[in-house]
Amino acid sequence: MSSPILKLVAQRVALGILLLLAVSVLIFAGTQILPGDVAQAILGQSATPESLANLREQLGLNQPAYLRYLHWLGGVLTGDLGTAMSSGQDIATSIKSRLWNTLFLAFWAAIVAVPLAIILGLIAVRYRNGWVDKLISGLALASTSFPEFFIGYVLVYFFAVKWQIFPGISTVYDGMPFGERMQAIALPATALTLVVLAHMMRMTRAAILNVMQSAYVETAELKGLSAFNVIRKHAFPNAIAPIINVVMLNLAYLIVGVVVVEVIFVYPGMGQYLVDHVTKRDVPVVQAVGLIFAAVYISLNIIADIGAIVANPRLRHPK
Amino acid sequence: MADSKAKPGLLLDIRNLRIEATVFPPGEPPKNIVLVHDVSLTLEKGKVLGLIGESGAGKSTIGLSSMGYGRGGVRITGGEVILNGRDILKGGKDGFRKLRGREVCYVAQSAAAAFNPAHKLMDQVVEATLLHGTATRAEAEKRAVALFKKLSLPNPETIGERFPHQVSGGQLQRVMTAMALCSEPDLIVFDEPTTALDVTTQIDVLAAIKDAIHDTHVAALYITHDLAVVAQVSDEIMVLRHGRLVEWGGTRQIIKEPRQEYTNALVSVHEIEHAEQKPGTTPFLSVKNVTAAYGRSHIKVLKNVSVDIYPGQTLAVVGESGSGKSTLARAITGLLPPEEGTVTFDGRPLANRLADRPKEDLRQLQMIYQMADVAMNPRQTVGTIIGRPLEFYFGIRGRERDKRVAELLDKIEMGKGFSDRYPAELSGGQKQRVCIARSLAAKPKLIICDEVTSALDPLVAHGILELLLELQKEENVAYLFITHDLATVKSIADSIAVMYRGEVVRYGPKSKVLTPPFDAYTDLLLSSVPEMEIGWLEKAIKGRRMASAGN
Repeated sequence: MSSPILKLVAQRVALGILLLLAVSVLIFAGTQILPGDVAQAILGQSATPESLANLREQLGLNQPAYLRYLHWLGGVLTGDLGTAMSSGQDIATSIKSRLWNTLFLAFWAAIVAVPLAIILGLIAVRYRNGWVDKLISGLALASTSFPEFFIGYVLVYFFAVKWQIFPGISTVYDGMPFGERMQAIALPATALTLVVLAHMMRMTRAAILNVMQSAYVETAELKGLSAFNVIRKHAFPNAIAPIINVVMLNLAYLIVGVVVVEVIFVYPGMGQYLVDHVTKRDVPVVQAVGLIFAAVYISLNIIADIGAIVANPRLRHPK
Repeated sequence: MADSKAKPGLLLDIRNLRIEATVFPPGEPPKNIVLVHDVSLTLEKGKVLGLIGESGAGKSTIGLSSMGYGRGGVRITGGEVILNGRDILKGGKDGFRKLRGREVCYVAQSAAAAFNPAHKLMDQVVEATLLHGTATRAEAEKRAVALFKKLSLPNPETIGERFPHQVSGGQLQRVMTAMALCSEPDLIVFDEPTTALDVTTQIDVLAAIKDAIHDTHVAALYITHDLAVVAQVSDEIMVLRHGRLVEWGGTRQIIKEPRQEYTNALVSVHEIEHAEQKPGTTPFLSVKNVTAAYGRSHIKVLKNVSVDIYPGQTLAVVGESGSGKSTLARAITGLLPPEEGTVTFDGRPLANRLADRPKEDLRQLQMIYQMADVAMNPRQTVGTIIGRPLEFYFGIRGRERDKRVAELLDKIEMGKGFSDRYPAELSGGQKQRVCIARSLAAKPKLIICDEVTSALDPLVAHGILELLLELQKEENVAYLFITHDLATVKSIADSIAVMYRGEVVRYGPKSKVLTPPFDAYTDLLLSSVPEMEIGWLEKAIKGRRMASAGN
């Protein structure tokens, strides 16, 4: 790897860290703006001013905001996300298994959705403007246009209720055998796949079609390459940058945007955890989950940027 | 690859070829147009046939038909294309795939665009050979290296490891020729292979292509709009116009004794008699010791450049791409503020930055660009486009404006009816005329013409040059004429500045600049302009004193 690439990558990473810091400030500030504080929330409406003051003293809430922010940030950096108010449990411990569940679900949805979307995109380009293309585009658009809960319930109705192939409720627990776990996530993973498929497929199609106008595609055709090989060998490598971008955006969605699907299938992931604690106004949990989501989002976008840089031969092989 | 079934000698026999396309004019139902009207040609093994004509003549379309290929929605609707004794049009898609890259190969106009930026050159050069299974990878690479040597590419052993962007345009064009030769085809279609190159690079590439054709005994269709170029490589020449055959004959006959009027027009196109005007006493615009660079780069694109422009006269700036010609224009107009040096206008210095110049200064300097179609707003009518400077600089509106627009349209020899048309409805030459009218509308003292005829067909370009000269007489406007084409310079310039790597290497009145003794670079430039003379290429290469920059 040559130095200009390393420099660009280092720049992106540094920018990402800065961005994450800025987001942490925003999250912290956002929760400060809300009326009431943790002491109020713990003691309830009927607390006396003295007991409130005492508890604030105890929790360090009467310190200035920036000190509390630094304290919180220091904790986050050392892996201490604080304690949930509603349950008194350590947030890091309860998030760990849920984050893992979410990643597990996202991983398998992505393993199916990304290659499928790209292959469908390639096929759509190969038969562009023909009925195959229209069928693929139409189905993909339809699956995206339906709300996730609708797709979820349709899947549950057919696969869980009518044919009873997969469970309608995706309960998973620690130490669950892999096979059972896969069976449990089959329906939510399918729902997620259907939701993200169209976006990636349409982008793949558009990016490759854009490249298909190039003179080097004509050169490849005039060498006698078959239509599909022209697309695969000559068009696709030059369309990779925009495709990576849209794939990463969708991966981010699979992790941070799955709330509805998790709720439908009662899947113990981050989304459900977040929703539960928002309703309980459990600020430390909301902060922690918000920060993790932001970190996921930013890192995936950095990966997309780096992927696009590395995919560019001009940067990889300077003059 | 020899085919025993073929008639001895004859390689390609195109009979009554008819090619059509469907066009979709705005607001009208789609209609069929005929691009090629029943053209026939034959080509013997190892011979070179030049196809020549203006854009839209059907040259490329005919060339590509020998591979069964139609660009866009182009369809071959009639006739036969007999290659190696069989009609390839009957072979279907699989038949085309088998012959493309094996029996017939293609060399495109812009190798820079025709190579895939994502793959190494070697992988692309041997791709067709491997695809058709005519050699193993090792054999194909050996063949490729030998071809790189034959085409006198630098570092033939390792150049294949490079990516297209790491190699210059002239070298890429030769690599592309090697790519076509690598699968040892019977026929190569060269589609304007040197048109996009600098004049000094063009002759190297041309010589390399000619040698390669000669040594490998491959037959070729050589497509170009430049008769002088095709005269160097072809055995026979076919002149086409509007998809019809105009004249077909031996190279010597076509360039020396053309039988058709149109061929004659092509042969004699460049000659405009333009008497040089002596420079006046005081220039109205002086560029003094200007040095400029892009961004914070240490590479100076202009180095200490000084030129003067006199009222009503033309200064031609010539040089290859990268010599700083257009940058000089950008420095004068203020688009690129010079780092050092000044531009004075009517005895007072002009502000360096465009943003600091008053409207009146902006009005005095107008520009015309190479690409007329991207220099106009496609959603405005010709009337709006030409009328805009009238409103902007003079506040002329309404009927008065329309009257002025009509006068300007008249000046550029286009009727009043064009006022309501959109740029997309105009031909290339008409678009450039509208751009000229737009710049004239501001009544400037100087018009900077940046390669204004380079994208046009020779006959159309000729018309534009004549128009510019006539307008100069009428309006007493001065031109800064940027070009790489020396023939154009001879027809329009009063004084000439030759630029090389950011410096003015030769400057003075036309007659003096074009009279020997020459400096090495001017000599190279002048000797590189193709002449309509058989054997010119060999003489020119032998007589050179310095190597061209494109190597």
